[in-house]
Amino acid sequence: MATAYDIAMTQEQSKEDGSAPVVAVNNLHKAFGSHIVLNEISLSVNRGKTLAVLGRSGTGKSVLLRIIIGLETPDSGSVCIYGHNIVGLALDRMSEIRMKMGFLFQHAALYDSLTVAENVAFPLVHHRKDMSRSERNERVRQLLVEVGMEGNLEKMPSDISGGMQKRVGLARALALDPEILLLDEPTAGLDPISSGEIDDLILKLQRERRMASIVVTHDLHSARTIANRLALLDQGNVVIEGTFEDLQQSEIGFVEDFLKLS
Amino acid sequence: MSNSVLTPIASINPVLPGRRTLLIDAAVNSTLGLIGGFFEWFGNLGIFFWQVLRAAVTPPYEWRELIRQLDEVGSKSFPVVVMAGSAIGVIISLEARYSLSRFGAKSMFPATLVYSVIQVMGPIITGLVVSGRVGAGIGAELASMKVTEQIDAIEASAINPYRLLAATRILACILMLPLLTLVSDACGLLMGWFAQTLVEPLSFHQFVQDGFKGATFSAFLPQTFKTCVYGLIIGLIACFQGMRTRGGAEGVGRAATNSVVLASLFVILADVVLVKFILVVFP
Repeated sequence: MATAYDIAMTQEQSKEDGSAPVVAVNNLHKAFGSHIVLNEISLSVNRGKTLAVLGRSGTGKSVLLRIIIGLETPDSGSVCIYGHNIVGLALDRMSEIRMKMGFLFQHAALYDSLTVAENVAFPLVHHRKDMSRSERNERVRQLLVEVGMEGNLEKMPSDISGGMQKRVGLARALALDPEILLLDEPTAGLDPISSGEIDDLILKLQRERRMASIVVTHDLHSARTIANRLALLDQGNVVIEGTFEDLQQSEIGFVEDFLKLS
Repeated sequence: MSNSVLTPIASINPVLPGRRTLLIDAAVNSTLGLIGGFFEWFGNLGIFFWQVLRAAVTPPYEWRELIRQLDEVGSKSFPVVVMAGSAIGVIISLEARYSLSRFGAKSMFPATLVYSVIQVMGPIITGLVVSGRVGAGIGAELASMKVTEQIDAIEASAINPYRLLAATRILACILMLPLLTLVSDACGLLMGWFAQTLVEPLSFHQFVQDGFKGATFSAFLPQTFKTCVYGLIIGLIACFQGMRTRGGAEGVGRAATNSVVLASLFVILADVVLVKFILVVFP
C-alpha cells in the first residue's frame, strides 16, 4: 500500500523528468448491476499534459473521474497516482491523495449556503490552518481574479449564472494548488462564448501551473482546444486514444461518425 | 370458502391453481424482501455508525462546525421545547388535580406533577419535539447536499464528510438533548404550578418543598441523561437517511419524512428499554 512518503518520492521524480505518468488507470472495470460502464480500460496522463475523454452520454466518462478521485470504487483494475495504487485506501488515507487533486463537478456543486468567497475558502479553512484570515482572504481573492470572478465575492451561488458557477468551482478546485486537475464537463450547458472563455481559462491555468489534467466532455471543439490527447469511449471501451489528428485519420466507423456529427 | 366450491372451478379452469401458486410465491418473495430490506437497513446503519464513530474520535476535530450545530440544535430548538414543556405541565396539572381530587389525595399534587414531568413526560416530549424539528432539518439538509453533489464535493476537497457533517450533528444532538430536557422540565413544573395556583392558590416554595420531598438525584438524573441516547438516535438516523439519499427532490422529501418518522419511532422504542434499564440499575 502506498504511503504518503512513497508518493512524495515518486512525485519528485515525476517533476524532474515529467515522463512518468502522474495518473494511470489500468484495466479498470466498473458495472452497475448488469450494465457494464467501464470495460477493462487503461489510460494515463503525464505532468503538464491534458487528456480529454470523449464519448456519448452514459458511456462512463464521469464514472471514470469519480473512480480516479475515489468517489466510486472500481470492480477491478487499478488507479495509480504517481505509480501507487489508491484503490481501496481508507477515507483518511484517500484524503491525503485528494489534497493533490482538484475536481470540477459537472454542475459545479458549490455549497449553496456559503457565499462565492466562502466556497473558495472552504478547502483552505480545513487544510491550511497555518494561514491567517487575511492571508486566506487574499488567496481567495487571487483565485477569483484568476478565474475572472473577483467582483462576486459576496454573492450566493444561486445568484450567479451556470458559467460563473463553473468558474467559482474551478477556483475552489485550484485552492490547494493541485497537481492533478479533473474536470467533468466544464463547458456543458454553456453558451459558445462562455464555453470559449472556460476553455481559455483552462489553457491559461495549464500553461501557468503545469498540472496533469483529465477533462471529460462531449464537446469535441473544446477537447481539441484544451487537450494534448483525446480518448474516445463507447460502451465502456476506449475506441481510440491519440491526438486529434489520429482521430481524424482513423477509419473506425464510430470515430468517423463521432467526428462527423460533433 | 369450502373445498366443494373451489374444486369444480379449478377443474373448469386449470390455470387457477397455477395462479394461486404464483400469488403465494409473490407473497413469500415480498415478505422475504421486506425482511431482507429490514436487516440490510440495520446493517448499513451499523456500518454508517462505525464510520462516524471512527471519524469522530480521530483528529482533526471540527470544533467550528460543532459549535454551529450546537446552536442549530440547542438554541433554535429552545422556543419549541419551552412551549411543549409548558403545555405538558399544564395538561398534567389539570389531569392530576382532577384525578387526585377523586381519590382524596390532593396533597399529593406537587409530587405527582414533579415525578410525572421529570421522570416521564419531560424527556419523551423533548425527544419527540427535537426529533421533529432537528430530525427533519438534518435529514432534508444532508439529503439536499447529497443530491446536488455537495457531499461529494466535500469529500473531493479531502475532507471527511462523516467527520464534518455527521459526527458534529450527532454530537450536538447528544449534548443538547439533556439541556433541552432540563428546560422542558423547568417550564413544565412552572406552568403546572401556575395552572394549579389559578384554581387553588399554592405558594411556589410550598410546591417545590412538597414536590421534591424525599427525592434523590438518582431519581431524576438518569431520566434526564437518558435523553443523550435519544440525541444519538435522532442525529444518527437523520444523518444516515440524509447522506444516503438518491433521487432528486422526491428523495429529499422522503429523507426528511423518514428521518422524523424513524427517529420518533426509535426514541419511543428506546424509552421502553431505557425505563426498564433505569428501574433495574437505579431501583
